[in-house]
Amino acid sequence: MNLATKDIKHNFGRFALTTGGIGLLLMLVMGMGGIYRGLVEDATSLVEHIGADLWVVQKDTRGPFAEISRIPRNLEDRVLIVPGVESAYGFVSHTVQREYKGKPLRLTIQGLSWPLDKGHWLPIAAGRGLTQAHYEIIVDKSSGLQVGDNMALGKETFIVKELTKGMISQAGDAMAFMTLDDAQAVQFDLSPESIRIERTARVNRLFNIDLGQTQPQMSERAGGPSSGIPALGTSMVSAVLVSVKPGYSIDAVAKNIESWPDVSVYTENGQKQLLLKGNVDRARRQLGLFSVLLIIVSAVIMALILYTLTLDKLHDIAMLKLIGARNSVILGLIMQQAILLGCIGFCIAYLLGQWIFPYFPRRVVLVRGDLYSLAIIVFVISILASLLGIWRAIRADPSEVLS
Amino acid sequence: MSRSNNNIALQATGLTKIYGSGHTEVVAVRDVTVEVNRGEIVALLGPSGAGKSTLLTLLGLIRPPNMGQITIDGKLVFDNHHAKVNVRTFRRQKFGFVFQKANLIPFLTAAENVRLAMEINDQSVRISRQRAMELLEYLGVAERAKNLPSMLSGGEQQRVAVARALANRPSLILADEPTAALDSVRGRQVMELFRKVAHEQNAGVIVVTHDHRALDVFDRTLEMEDGQLRESSNLNK
Repeated sequence: MNLATKDIKHNFGRFALTTGGIGLLLMLVMGMGGIYRGLVEDATSLVEHIGADLWVVQKDTRGPFAEISRIPRNLEDRVLIVPGVESAYGFVSHTVQREYKGKPLRLTIQGLSWPLDKGHWLPIAAGRGLTQAHYEIIVDKSSGLQVGDNMALGKETFIVKELTKGMISQAGDAMAFMTLDDAQAVQFDLSPESIRIERTARVNRLFNIDLGQTQPQMSERAGGPSSGIPALGTSMVSAVLVSVKPGYSIDAVAKNIESWPDVSVYTENGQKQLLLKGNVDRARRQLGLFSVLLIIVSAVIMALILYTLTLDKLHDIAMLKLIGARNSVILGLIMQQAILLGCIGFCIAYLLGQWIFPYFPRRVVLVRGDLYSLAIIVFVISILASLLGIWRAIRADPSEVLS
Repeated sequence: MSRSNNNIALQATGLTKIYGSGHTEVVAVRDVTVEVNRGEIVALLGPSGAGKSTLLTLLGLIRPPNMGQITIDGKLVFDNHHAKVNVRTFRRQKFGFVFQKANLIPFLTAAENVRLAMEINDQSVRISRQRAMELLEYLGVAERAKNLPSMLSGGEQQRVAVARALANRPSLILADEPTAALDSVRGRQVMELFRKVAHEQNAGVIVVTHDHRALDVFDRTLEMEDGQLRESSNLNK
């Protein structure tokens, strides 16, 4: 005869409420772990999806994600002539915030090196990718945009051609992909007044350097669009992504490029480590601390609940001892209830989480390994939490029945 | 009184129980010697505070005596305050207890309460289930077997408690004012039930009672006063 289940059946409402409460607490613990995993996935998913062997960035920076990196776009051409390089194309990344249908919408924009890169590597949820070099955009479905929606960015209106899934930036914003030129146009979009001021300043700068003294005719072009003055400035990108030919050593190619005085080079794994150690580490520690505190709170609450449940049964426990029940019978009654409380609480946490986590503002990723670890932790704290109740039960005097 | 040794359910000699020490010392039971045979029902009478319940806790191996010996079924269990056996195992195998309140486990049905006593004594589920039903039938509450204690009347609860006390075929049944919460008719029924159990199940029964109306049910009455015992009458003789 299992006394634990009989007692639970008799006091089902109280047990259900208690288990529900424990389940909610454990759901928060599960959610914390899931948010951390989501942070890691969000931080590394773009790097993984792009699949570039090498990331060439501005010298002595940890760009383009951990800090700003600006390198000339024509670096692609220099990289392409390095032995072993199969392809090289520019990469731009920046975040914009716009009003869309009355609500703020944050997008992390990534430039695709059209026509080499049309975003074929992106995980498609709907639509069919970019079909032209301008005014088309691919966005993650978490943005709430739909295929066919129009969105004003800079001075242009972009049409959503494709939706991706799981393409979230490390800040939790939806990613958007457009051609590199469009991305730069959005990034460097200025108001007409700003452009006029900059052009005037540029002419002044021209006459302050030797170039202006030796080639005064350039002042006309300096006062015009910047694209018309290659000698004064070049198009900048955040990084150049490099694919290495099969059979060539990635490290050797990296070493070769890194010998240049104006760039730093990271492998795919190096880029991921920069992201995780730099940007995610503090959040990881914060979430870890919250998780540990929540686990301790859960354990204390479970211990108090089990102690109270034991106090309620103290007369029955004294009676059991009086009629000669072994301590193992009493211990089993309390510990089985504790383990059931923990196990059912864990299941409630998982099921509730499946339902609620998608509504969390940050992505929650439940990893099987983490769930197994949490299940073991819950099992252990269930046993530890029952010890207080067991201690009280073992001290119960059978003569209490006579009082 | 001539009694063969193998018929003696309980033999207690020179039992003394002292609570507190120094100025607060209270001698609850003083040098009590008592013997109860199998098949015999004995009433333990006395005013409140006389030490009846304390004596019952000593005889039921719930508390150790400070002095004296207790022998159950011919086996020395307590020699002064030293237990010579595992008292909890001994209680499980040799004793049945009934109290003023039935003290049934509230989350178990009547039948399960009886089965529990057997299952904690390592009886198989099949045998304990069968014997529980037999006992409930014997005590006239078989039709209430599947009811929880809260659905039973006081008298029915007390009958289930008696069934639980009988479950492991005890040598001795100890009852502490089992009829105090019952009306006189039901009280007498329970006392007669104890007599029936003592005679038919061959168990020694000691009943602490204040109810003088049912004394004719007992084979003997013992009276306690100020922690001391005296045999007041042998009703069978």
